[in-house]
Amino acid sequence: MLMDLSNRSKEFVAAIPHCAALGIHVVDTANAAVTLGLPYDVRLVGDPATGVIAGGAVSVLMDTAAGAAVMAHPDAHGLTATIDLRIDYMRSATPGQRIIARAECHHVTTHVAFVRAFAYDEDETRPVAIANGTFTVIRAQPSGTEA
Amino acid sequence: MMYEPVEVIRARRDAALADLVRSVPYLNVLGIKFDRRGDELTAILPFAPSLIGVPTPPAIHGGATAAFLESAALIELAWSSSWARIEAGEEMPRLPRTINLTVDYLRPGLPRDAYARARINRFGRRYASVHVEAWQDNRARLFAQATGHFLMPEGA
Repeated sequence: MLMDLSNRSKEFVAAIPHCAALGIHVVDTANAAVTLGLPYDVRLVGDPATGVIAGGAVSVLMDTAAGAAVMAHPDAHGLTATIDLRIDYMRSATPGQRIIARAECHHVTTHVAFVRAFAYDEDETRPVAIANGTFTVIRAQPSGTEA
Repeated sequence: MMYEPVEVIRARRDAALADLVRSVPYLNVLGIKFDRRGDELTAILPFAPSLIGVPTPPAIHGGATAAFLESAALIELAWSSSWARIEAGEEMPRLPRTINLTVDYLRPGLPRDAYARARINRFGRRYASVHVEAWQDNRARLFAQATGHFLMPEGA
């Protein structure tokens, strides 16, 4: 069961053309948390004066990680969509380093998953960005618990 | 009184905007362009298969939508805060930095071109607050909107 869920989130990421375009890949899917990686790429630079990766590329990484965390949750079935996502950019990612995002559902209701994601470069003691989002949930039918 | 020829004004403004957009590599990866009417900008995200986040039915990746909205806000801020310098033929200052961005996903992004316009609600010496609206076929039916806070560069 857990293996299936892990595979489901891997397949979810692998099937996304925009993730392939940016080089986003699954790093780890253990313990209900999904970790994705984004390799450093000069094409993704947002500020030419510093060489720092664009916040937008980090948004893609975090939104995908959060969506994959919903897909990996045992209560969620089928696809999920982002309702809203807030990203705080705590510091600039170090140019040249890979960025990873680790996402986890911290609460799942009948229709909504509440997800939190942290992004790091090679220094995993200080997050580059923190995201909080809500996502749609499709429950297995019949559940008998639909509100 | 001598009036500056319209071709000179247009060429200067178009070149300043093109330089600004070209200076950000990530804008080119997404294919984002800007349409200018005087000082008013409209960001354009031409649809491309590489933007897809959900294969069936095809929809634009939510992260790409967020990136589009953030780009529209950043360029609007850089553009409007530099208008006097552009008119004086001076160099653009560094880009503002994003503090945070909250994106509200209203409808799926369809596989077609998207447009966005940013409105600066607060512009201070240090901090700016910007709201962005994005639509596809109908201006009144937004598919996403966002509010972002930005740190302005020194001397902006």
